[in-house]
Amino acid sequence: MNQIKDTPLLKDLIEAGNPNPDKDYGTPSPLSYIDLADRSCDLELVTGTIDGYRVTVPAGTSVMRAAASLDINVPRLCATDSVEAFGSCRMCLVQIEGRRGSPASCTTPFEEGMVVTTQNAELAELRRNVMELYISDHPLDCLTCPANGDCELQDVAGAVGLREVRYGYEGANHLDEVKDTSNPYFDFDPSKCIACSRCVRACEETQGTFALTIENRGFESKVSPSASEPFIDSECVSCGACVQACPTATLMEKSVVDAGQPEHHKITTCAYCGVGCAFKAEMKGDQLVRMTPYKGGQANRGHSCVKGRFAFGYATHKERITTPMIRNSIDQAWQAVSWEEAFKFAADKLRGIQEKYGVKSIGGISSSRCTNEEVWLVQKMVRAAFGNNNVDTCARVCHSPTGYGLKQTLGESAGTQNFDSVAAANVVIVMGANPTDAHPVFASRLKKRLREGAKLIVVDPRKIDLVDGPHVKAEHHLKLLPGTNVAFVNAMAHVIVRENLHQTNFIETRCDTKGFNEWLDFIRDEKHSPENTEAITGIPRQALIASARLYASGGNGAIYYGLGVTEHSQGSTAVMGIANLAMLTGNIGRPGVGVNPLRGQNNVQGSCDMGSFPHELPGYRPVSDDSVRSEFEHAWNVSIDPEPGFRINNMLDASVAGHYKGLYVQGEDIAQSDPNTKHVEEALRNLECLIVQDIFLNVTAKYATVFLPGSSFLEKNGTFTNAERRISPVRQVMQPLAGLQDWEVTQGLCNALGYDMNYQHPSEIMQEIAALTPTFTGVSYERLDQEGSIQWPCNEGAPNGTPTMHTDEFVRGKGLFKVTEYVATDEKVTRRFPMLLTTGRILSQYNVGAQTRRTDNNIWHDKDLLEIHPSDAENRGIVSGDRVEIESRSGSTYLTALVTERVQPSVCYTTFHHPESGANVITTDNSDWATNCPEYKVTAVQIKKLMNVKASSEWQTQFTNFSEQQAKLAKIESSESKLEK
Amino acid sequence: MQTETENVEMVVVDAVVAHQHLAGPLLPILHQIQSELRHIPGSALNYIAKALNLSRAEVHGVVSYYHSFTTKPHGKTVIEVCRAESCQAVGGRKIEQRFKDALGLDFGETSSDGNVTLESVYCLGNCACSPSVRVGENIYGRITESGVNAIVDKAISQLAKSKELNQ
Repeated sequence: MNQIKDTPLLKDLIEAGNPNPDKDYGTPSPLSYIDLADRSCDLELVTGTIDGYRVTVPAGTSVMRAAASLDINVPRLCATDSVEAFGSCRMCLVQIEGRRGSPASCTTPFEEGMVVTTQNAELAELRRNVMELYISDHPLDCLTCPANGDCELQDVAGAVGLREVRYGYEGANHLDEVKDTSNPYFDFDPSKCIACSRCVRACEETQGTFALTIENRGFESKVSPSASEPFIDSECVSCGACVQACPTATLMEKSVVDAGQPEHHKITTCAYCGVGCAFKAEMKGDQLVRMTPYKGGQANRGHSCVKGRFAFGYATHKERITTPMIRNSIDQAWQAVSWEEAFKFAADKLRGIQEKYGVKSIGGISSSRCTNEEVWLVQKMVRAAFGNNNVDTCARVCHSPTGYGLKQTLGESAGTQNFDSVAAANVVIVMGANPTDAHPVFASRLKKRLREGAKLIVVDPRKIDLVDGPHVKAEHHLKLLPGTNVAFVNAMAHVIVRENLHQTNFIETRCDTKGFNEWLDFIRDEKHSPENTEAITGIPRQALIASARLYASGGNGAIYYGLGVTEHSQGSTAVMGIANLAMLTGNIGRPGVGVNPLRGQNNVQGSCDMGSFPHELPGYRPVSDDSVRSEFEHAWNVSIDPEPGFRINNMLDASVAGHYKGLYVQGEDIAQSDPNTKHVEEALRNLECLIVQDIFLNVTAKYATVFLPGSSFLEKNGTFTNAERRISPVRQVMQPLAGLQDWEVTQGLCNALGYDMNYQHPSEIMQEIAALTPTFTGVSYERLDQEGSIQWPCNEGAPNGTPTMHTDEFVRGKGLFKVTEYVATDEKVTRRFPMLLTTGRILSQYNVGAQTRRTDNNIWHDKDLLEIHPSDAENRGIVSGDRVEIESRSGSTYLTALVTERVQPSVCYTTFHHPESGANVITTDNSDWATNCPEYKVTAVQIKKLMNVKASSEWQTQFTNFSEQQAKLAKIESSESKLEK
Repeated sequence: MQTETENVEMVVVDAVVAHQHLAGPLLPILHQIQSELRHIPGSALNYIAKALNLSRAEVHGVVSYYHSFTTKPHGKTVIEVCRAESCQAVGGRKIEQRFKDALGLDFGETSSDGNVTLESVYCLGNCACSPSVRVGENIYGRITESGVNAIVDKAISQLAKSKELNQ
């Protein structure tokens, strides 16, 4: 027996608790991320020796992984630690004392007292023979192969010392297989395939789409997208998991095929949705070659979606504006100027307006796309330099009710869990959210849990993919009518109370008794019974009762919700109702449960945290509070207006009314994204000075007189805060195309206004944030570099950050049950407007589409469609592909119809990714009673068939003409003016 | 009169409905469709996948894995000649050739009238009585060269008979 050379008992514990994200251990850890985070959890450990070294690992660890933890790397082809061991390649064979033959190290669990040999002459010969067989059917074009320099087959051939292939290459082979180049982002070259099934397993285990299979058998075995279809026609959703898992050049990014292997990389955070995936930006000089999901990313755990993984081409799109531009009015041509001139021009305009119309006649809107540091500067500039509180953010139009509702009930304006938590959930309610399209990486993690047996309840007017798909089937799909969320949550609570399923102990110890008793009287009212709400919500009583029982008594219950909850006239009420449900059932304060808002944009959470609200300073502290204000006044050396300022809708209304004249908009396209487009347009036209800071000349910029070119997330440093309160670093990988990072632009404008800012780096802004925001005191760039990311609150009370909130007590002390009376929306169906329109997103496009429309993602969604139920379509003589007019009380637009049973009768659905669609021409001014979040999700409409399939509505014609005129004034070709006339 | 597509749809729906409740419904469903339509039409994959909460890829993986399932229609009678070790050891190759000659078909081919398909098979589990051949559901052992024609004739005449019965 080999002598024991080392006894690194701690080393393996380090491996278990903190695996190196840059290393592939071959097989996954037997511990879940929740186990890994719980340092106090009891681990069953096993100890043995590998090649003479003693190693201790958690029970269930494979021999391969145990060896890898010692940096003994057993050759392998079909194993990678993102998918379960498979044991097909026969390359990782080892010898184990007392066992016959040579078992595969990937599928053999490491056991107590095991003595393993990974390298000797016998094993070497076995491996060479196996490799010889692989190479006998593999092209020998390594030097010209796109994977050259990043090929595991090549590495393993080298490691096993393969020197000759005795079989020759004349026999049957796969060398002439034809390449599939149909996907815009990656190629599939089956001639290079070694049939290791890593792609198939990644599609199943990591992504959960099951779009790939191995077809046929034996020598004919081949990877097949769906039923031998080209990738683009298959069920593939282009998440890139297969490309990531492929050990050869079989699945390869086109950008690498074109450019070759990257030579350096930086870890950064995706700028699309609120999942906040960590990526490796892989570079060649200043050229971004590819984005690969980072295994060390604590939000995404090594997974990605089509947007973050592939749709980054917009960053260098030819329509990027790279020089500051000014003009005196919107019918004049843009004039390119220096940064200094632009700042001075803008500052003079703003000061001029304030002199004429008063201090409060200007304001700013910060962006949920921008970094925390940039948002911080915007609100600081408004408060310190503009001298008012007229600052708001696009969270106003998405998750402001979340902030309000959760603050009222739980005490903090944020979700309660981390994404890892879903792996411990037993019952999941997905309400008003469509994760597979809008938060795909979270959806994959949810689907994994569902495959493990967790139960799903979907509450949505529309049949989203999670309702019924490969290896996913919701127990209940509660198809409620748009606008009846509150009646639904009340009915759930009513049943739970009626059937005595609530957690009395939790409520007594954790919640405010008085509030609970008042609420109890309210909820017991028969009007909330499912028998009575059936007529309001359209949810059959039996389904509702069964769902309530399941959520209340099925183990860990977690609620995930999205804009389908918030974007209503009772958005805040619904959020409070959700919090009530969680408290009622004790589903809060531990992994696997909680109230989880799925944030739409990368930094919605952060932009809210950073105080871009007219009534709140950073950290959600009222601007009217003297002590809070004085803290900031002292730090900023300026007096702050104690009066709350304008919300976005107030700004627009005031502009239409004529006493609000100057607006600074950072990275937001309110002309496309905000409701009642015509009203927004009128407000923008009424402004004397509109300053738009964006990477493209977006729709809003067409009404601007100052354009300050922004920088993409690749061009700047900073941090984003995702839906789980996770602060993650954004790292600059290329120089800003226009020369300045966004925070420098705001700083420049602020300085021109006479309030000095002198930050040299965003880390200095973070220091200021940490000093002034109680939930951020422990956050710094140094710690982010060390730890990867931090979940706030991170302060004295929680020095390591807070993965799960409200564990021992609620942030507000006692959880507060709020009475949530259902009030029907004013937006009612009538004979004139007999249908309800609701809006949403699809996978390939993101929000207003400014980014994704400038990528190949358009292949999947080149126009917004109106989904309409077959019965409504038949009544109107509409078939798929028809042009239809959709008219509401606000306006009308024309869209192309898609007849589908995804929507229920009398409800239709569209997306708002393309500006010329004018989806928001139809949406109304109605908004949430508490926060003014627009009621995007409910609009009463009528739909009519049009005879001309190319027809444009009056608004669309105006829009096209205006866009073309503005494009001429900016001397750029506009891809947005492509709408047929 | 039912169209071809409608018939396919009906068979597929019936097969799914008949077996959906089973713990492992996919193989029985595919067997029933193969037996009724003599192949698994590509158009059936989506329907089966949706009904069973599988992906189209998974169903295709199973269909393509098993030789009993075909994506092009088999003949009304399938003659499968064993080519495994035991049969080859007792002159199976000559039997194979006899079948090919008698039917004018190579392995994997179907007669132009759609009546007969000739397939090779690797072991029918009847090694003690090699060489073996299977015609439809019936297995014949100890086949001689002279016996081949009789088997072929019988298969064809049975086809003719069932055709008369149908008329």
